[in-house]
Amino acid sequence: MTDIRYLAPPTLDEAVSAFAAAQGAARILAGGTDLLVQMRNGMARPGTIIDIKKIPEMTSVTESADGGFWVGAAVSGAALAEHPRFGKVWPGVLEAINLIGSTQVQGRASPGGNLCHGSPAADSVPAMVAAGAVVTIAGPNGRRTMPVEAFPAGPGRTNLAAGEILVGFTLPARPAGSGDAYLRMIPRTEMDIAVVGVGVSLTMAGGVVAAARVGLGAAAPTVLLVPDAARALVGSKLDDAALNAAAAACSAACKPIDDKRGTIVYRTKVAAVLLKRAAAIAADRAQGKA
Amino acid sequence: MNAIDNKWIGKRTIRPDGADKVTGRAGYSADHSMPGMIWGRVLRSPHPHAVIRGIDTSKAEALPGVKAVVTAKDIVDFPLDKSVMLGIQDMRWMCRNIMAREKALFHGHPVAAVAAISEEVAEAACKLIEVDYEVLPHVIEIEDAIKPDAPILHDFVRHEGKPSNIATTMVNKLGDVDAGFAQADLIIERSFKTRPVHQGYIEPHACTVSHAADGKVTIWSSSQGQFMVRAMTSLLTGIPQSNIRAIPAEIGGGFGAKTIIYLEPVAVMLAKKSGRPVKMVMSRDEVFRATGPTSGSMSTVKIGVKKDGSIVAAQGTFYLQAGGLPGSPLRGPVGCSFSPYNIENVLSVGYDVVSNRSKVAAYRAPGAPLGAYATECVLDEIAEKLGMDKLELRLKNTAKPGGKTVYGATFGQITFKETVEAIKNHPHYTAPLDKNPSKGVVRGRGVASGFWFNAGGESSAQVNLTEDGNVTVTTGHPDVGGSRASIANVTAELLGIDHSRISVLIGDTSSIGFSNLTGGSRVTFASAMVVTQSTEKVIGQLKERAAKIWKIDPEAVIWDNGEARPAGPNAGQFPPLTLKELAAKANEMGGPIGAGVQLNTTGADPGFATHCVDVEVDVDLGIVRVLRYTAAQDVGRALHPSYVEGQIQGGVVQGIGWALSEEYLYNAKGQLDNASFLDYRMPVCSDVPMIEPIMLEIPNPKHPQGVRGVGEAPIVPPLAAIANAIHDALGKRFYSLPMSPPKVLEVIDAR
Ligand SMILES: Cc1cc2nc3c(=O)[nH]c(=O)nc-3n(C[C@H](O)[C@H](O)[C@H](O)COP(=O)(O)OP(=O)(O)OC[C@H]3O[C@@H](n4cnc5c(N)ncnc54)[C@H](O)[C@@H]3O)c2cc1C
Repeated sequence: MTDIRYLAPPTLDEAVSAFAAAQGAARILAGGTDLLVQMRNGMARPGTIIDIKKIPEMTSVTESADGGFWVGAAVSGAALAEHPRFGKVWPGVLEAINLIGSTQVQGRASPGGNLCHGSPAADSVPAMVAAGAVVTIAGPNGRRTMPVEAFPAGPGRTNLAAGEILVGFTLPARPAGSGDAYLRMIPRTEMDIAVVGVGVSLTMAGGVVAAARVGLGAAAPTVLLVPDAARALVGSKLDDAALNAAAAACSAACKPIDDKRGTIVYRTKVAAVLLKRAAAIAADRAQGKA
Repeated sequence: MNAIDNKWIGKRTIRPDGADKVTGRAGYSADHSMPGMIWGRVLRSPHPHAVIRGIDTSKAEALPGVKAVVTAKDIVDFPLDKSVMLGIQDMRWMCRNIMAREKALFHGHPVAAVAAISEEVAEAACKLIEVDYEVLPHVIEIEDAIKPDAPILHDFVRHEGKPSNIATTMVNKLGDVDAGFAQADLIIERSFKTRPVHQGYIEPHACTVSHAADGKVTIWSSSQGQFMVRAMTSLLTGIPQSNIRAIPAEIGGGFGAKTIIYLEPVAVMLAKKSGRPVKMVMSRDEVFRATGPTSGSMSTVKIGVKKDGSIVAAQGTFYLQAGGLPGSPLRGPVGCSFSPYNIENVLSVGYDVVSNRSKVAAYRAPGAPLGAYATECVLDEIAEKLGMDKLELRLKNTAKPGGKTVYGATFGQITFKETVEAIKNHPHYTAPLDKNPSKGVVRGRGVASGFWFNAGGESSAQVNLTEDGNVTVTTGHPDVGGSRASIANVTAELLGIDHSRISVLIGDTSSIGFSNLTGGSRVTFASAMVVTQSTEKVIGQLKERAAKIWKIDPEAVIWDNGEARPAGPNAGQFPPLTLKELAAKANEMGGPIGAGVQLNTTGADPGFATHCVDVEVDVDLGIVRVLRYTAAQDVGRALHPSYVEGQIQGGVVQGIGWALSEEYLYNAKGQLDNASFLDYRMPVCSDVPMIEPIMLEIPNPKHPQGVRGVGEAPIVPPLAAIANAIHDALGKRFYSLPMSPPKVLEVIDAR
């Protein structure tokens, strides 16, 4: 790990030019909780590290006039938890981000790093997908946006083009009667990687689901949006039939692998169980019961 | 708790090494550095099984910055036809384990080592070493290794006259099991599997070594025995013990695995060749891949009982994984599984099975937990079939003083019954359990018992008075569980002085007499014994000095509460002389005061434990959580209760991991797939409840303070206790570990 250049540009423009100038030999550093692990085990050997935590846009959380949120890519889990409003509006997204690692890891780990690392098991991503978050990307050719579910390309891969940096997440304004939740299955109680993770976001009106989005993690090469599960929920009162249909859709969406962290059979079953449980919590939150 | 009220013994004094440890000052293995020091790295086999046809190190040696390269040629060869033992370790296997000789026997087996000016250069040089491998088919699991057509690891291993992977058979017998089973009203026979589990110490293996121009070697490393480090390094390098000084660093956990060495002899040879001090530090990946887990196992246990629950015969067959070289802890399951019980007819057989995984190392009560797992699960099933209370079944059959064990010993005073009764009368066992607290959640309660031999053995101590009237105590044992704190309590008690005036140190191999390993639950037992005798000698000297000053007979002096006093009015009227006053006069009255004792200690009677656990199962996800855990054990005398509790709690937590989540996972290529703490799932704090220890203090009559070893017995019962609790919750029995969520869900869904 010798001879690494460390840059901490104060503006996004400078970060983008430095990143482009390094021609692939640089890595972006947010919290470093993935990057430093990779450098220590020899999987990453960057010549330049570009720390983005000095860029205000990337470390800020702001609520817009219409009730939407901007979350900078490098905001740490701990900083997001301290925001007076964010957790009230998006309790599911916040709990997903706050599940990452431990207290120590929370001081650094960011939702941007979580997404850019490209793990199908990244905890915050299914919740962001359920929330309908849109990401902003900046690169040598300017800015562009895409829905968060379009961002991952496969395990460890993203749809960022060469020289592009993730700037942050825009979460839409929230209608009254909305709530979200994220649940993951891990064999331990903490310090583990999701075997399956499910995020659910609901808007309820008169006890009926008016809108729903479901994100599914660790069950396929990328985190998935599961429209079939959402469709099964919309229009229902979350009765058993609707929940079973949504759970079945969640299982059907699974394209998991057998690996050291879980089997295909197990992951497929667990996706269904977590969908039902997360939907119940999201509904309670939407209706002010939790 | 014990009725005796001592001033220091039994008190929760501040541990001597505590401040250093919590402030980060304590010097562990990897903390030592020297001027001119270079770095050693190990090249490891990428194949699980391969003949090493040749090794070309020339390119590595030519790399700038490389100072030395070592292969098996530099390590003493112990020929295969003659066993040379150091304790329980056979040097034929040790020399091949630290550096592959004829063959690489597991993925990660060391094949060469390099010392260079930096870790990066050493690492780069390792990549330049060309090893000519002839790759052979490999075998990982026991069931595959014992098949007739299995790849054979060693030509010299024969079983029943044929080439085999079964390296050793151990048979322990008592009475006649066939005759015993013939009397039985009920016989239950079940087969079980456990996975290899790692000791999981936080501190990776590391050492710094200097080889001076005069041939004197100094080793700084943490281990469970600096004398073992010296002896094994001497055997493997050919350097006489008198030229080696092994300095014990603070140890960040060993749990048995640091009773052998991996790096020191290699570092010594690198230092010798390069003329520079050499430091080597393993990565976590190397620790998992190439240092000992304990054996995985395959076992069958058969127990026969009469209608009233009395056991008439028991039979156990235990296949244990040894790793690439022979030497699994057969004695554990063979000797311990049935020993809590009074059974006339026992046949206990163990097989040592080699396969292409890293060589196993000792782990807390080596082998005993996997044996107790089988026995205690079968007993649970017997109690269920007989409709008998589970603890009653155990009480009916407890081993008795004077009883003969299958491993050959005859019991003296034993206190197993007391542990069962302690659980039976405990509010945990008598509290009702809500078995179905909510939808999808079921709960269950389980019990199990366990046995461990315990050990005495060689220990040395030196107790010296400082000129200013304080005390230093030196022993030869690395302190893995708070032994310095216990020794300080004992010395303060005997001398009648304040605890803070005693400083307890661990000597290196040149400053204290030979002391055997910190292991076998022996250190507090044995070191308290030699420290007591040394301190009593010091008290004798103090009394003599007072007698000399008072010009009276030494017999007429007593030592009381830190002072010499005349024994009674007849002895004369003198104001008492304190330890400080006597120390100040020591030199003019005959010289320095101090004494040492070296003993081969005996009288370490075995340890018994009985545990009770409540679990909760999430029936949709298959997750098992431990809700409440109570562990009863006879500890003899808790010299320092915090560290006795720590031993019990630590043993239980490791047992919980073994039962529920820990396992070595190999892929089809014979490589360990989960060589990290992320995927090797040891329990974290939030996975376990507060573990309540019940310390029964029934003094061991063979020890001055009544101490009984406590470190190992607590890991023996948890595997079965948890399996039995899950059965109580689900009505389903599990016959293999770990009882991880996918496995549990599979059994639930099979309903
Ligand atoms: C002990 C421990 C426990 C963990 N537990 C969890 C867990 O429970 N759940 C979980 O999901 N993850 C877990 N992780 C992984 C990690 O903490 C998370 O993925 C975290 O969110 C990464 O964020 P970071 O800010 O530290 O990313 P970094 O390490 O800084 O970056 C991660 C990757 O993304 C790139 N990158 C970062 N930001 C940008 C950007 N704005 N634009 C382009 N590329 C970027 C980096 O170059 C790097 O490749 C754990 C890690 C550790 C060490």
